[in-house]
Amino acid sequence: MTAVQIEVFLQTLIAGLLLGGLYALIGLGMTLIMGVMKIINLAHGELMMVAMYIAYWMFVLFHIDPYLSVFIATPLLFFLGVAIQKFLINPVLKVESILPENQVILTVGIGMVLASLATMFFKSDYRSTPVSYATDAFYLSDYWKSSPIELSVSVPWSISFVIAVLITAALWFFLAKTDTGKSIRATAQDLDAALLMGVNVKLMRVATFGIGAGLVGAAGCLFIPIYYLFPALGGQFTLIAFVITILGGLGSTVGAIIGGLILGVFESMTATYIGMGWAPVGRFVIFVACLIFLPGGVASLLRKKRFGK
Amino acid sequence: MKKYFPLIALALLSILPLIGLSTYMMHIVILVVMWSIIGMAWNLLGGYCGQVSFGHAAYFGVGAYTAGILYSKLGASPWWGVLLSIVVVTIFSFILGYVVLRLRGPFFALATLASGEVMRVTAENWVGFTGGTLGIMVHERTWVEKIWYYYIILLIAAVTYFLVKKLVESKLGYYFVAIREDQDAAESLGINTTLYKTIALCISGVLTGIAGAFYMNYMGYIDPHVVFALHDISIITIMIVMVGGVATYWGPFVGAVIMVFLAEWVRSIPGLGAAHQTLFGVLLIVIIIFLPNGIVGDYKKLKRLVGLGRTS
Repeated sequence: MTAVQIEVFLQTLIAGLLLGGLYALIGLGMTLIMGVMKIINLAHGELMMVAMYIAYWMFVLFHIDPYLSVFIATPLLFFLGVAIQKFLINPVLKVESILPENQVILTVGIGMVLASLATMFFKSDYRSTPVSYATDAFYLSDYWKSSPIELSVSVPWSISFVIAVLITAALWFFLAKTDTGKSIRATAQDLDAALLMGVNVKLMRVATFGIGAGLVGAAGCLFIPIYYLFPALGGQFTLIAFVITILGGLGSTVGAIIGGLILGVFESMTATYIGMGWAPVGRFVIFVACLIFLPGGVASLLRKKRFGK
Repeated sequence: MKKYFPLIALALLSILPLIGLSTYMMHIVILVVMWSIIGMAWNLLGGYCGQVSFGHAAYFGVGAYTAGILYSKLGASPWWGVLLSIVVVTIFSFILGYVVLRLRGPFFALATLASGEVMRVTAENWVGFTGGTLGIMVHERTWVEKIWYYYIILLIAAVTYFLVKKLVESKLGYYFVAIREDQDAAESLGINTTLYKTIALCISGVLTGIAGAFYMNYMGYIDPHVVFALHDISIITIMIVMVGGVATYWGPFVGAVIMVFLAEWVRSIPGLGAAHQTLFGVLLIVIIIFLPNGIVGDYKKLKRLVGLGRTS
């Protein structure tokens, strides 16, 4: 490999890791909801789109930096998630029907309503937040003068990545150390046992959906400075979240993080070496490969290692 | 009387064009019949076998592209595509089924959703073979009159109806329902669930593919965004069955009538054109919460609800 090839490879790897960190945040919300509710939230990407519009309008109307909007959009999305869970999904859980997938189809309906309302109110224009630091970048040669290769990392990408890592760490702390977090994990592991131990399962479900929506809301705010926004963007991110969830192992938080990073790197590799348009196909390839060779996802590997010792 | 109901309905439908419908109305009626075929196909897999597919656009599109590529590459009449699509879609469904049928419930749903999207992206990027986003256009229409298209699609629909009915009433149908109700129990009773799920998927896919090939002939133009559309094909298919009635013979037809007319009606209201998906979404939510088995499936409940409304 020549220096240029190494440079391209490393640059792709870095871009992939940065993207993967953000993907992990999207996947985390979905995997939490899936773990506790046992349903797939097909409106996940649409919730992210809603958060992105909140961040966009905050920026346009009040000149609030998209990164500060995390503190606005996340609580709003939390309440939106709580409302969806309480008023739409809970009633369906009680209804008898032939198909158990009714709840999943319901989330599709919710996603459709959100996406088309966005089209109605905001038109299908592509929008973005032109922040002043959008094109800034860190260069390797600024820090290491005699570096044989040149690498650059975009400033907004790195900020988004760092915030994503911070949020993930906060979530880990919440799930591992607090009572509510432990109750959520208990509900995910065994609903009946959690009920017997005095966990308010109903409340936990509502809270989980809220947290899942809040996480994807935060991801939306982190995405908007580096991406563009249009009403139909939800579907593609729902798919990404789902692939991460499968890749990481269903309902596994650590798995979702690793899955997000793998997907990010893989996608950026496909984009560099095969072609931009093929990235979604790359997603599907990794998804199918995972189903065939590693049906339990990354989580099953982790578990094997732990028990193997 | 009830036994002859399908035949009476078929007879009524076949004299429908004779009452002098406008070209526009004929177009709507053709769409209704086409959608009810796709609905019936989906119902076989989703309603009876319990495998909720979010990717029927994949089969629809593969059928349509079979006819389209046959025409654009070999110069053959796209009508041959209707026959060829049976072979192509069977192979396609078999390969796809090998992957997606490993999954259950919601995971199957999302895997099929992904498959539809992947087919769209592939068709967009494989420009040399599919013509990319430009799509394929049939330059000479077989008939100008819509009536011939109507009779062809009605024939396909009739065959589909009787095929689905025969299948569901045969031993195979009972296997399907057993798999839907409890896959593990079905397996432990000695039902080869993988085999029967694959059969259901292939038949469902082929019927959808035929409808797709017909669409190519009828509309004369396809592109990846039209035939592999997630919302406009895959989700509408689910809605047709959900609204009409899951696991009923007439549900898809009722659903297709409601959905197609509703879509046309909303689109015709100025300023509300983009709203049709909002309305569909709300309708889907309302149906799932109040009539989870659709209009035909929950007919008694619906009658009671309406009756209550009248008395009070």
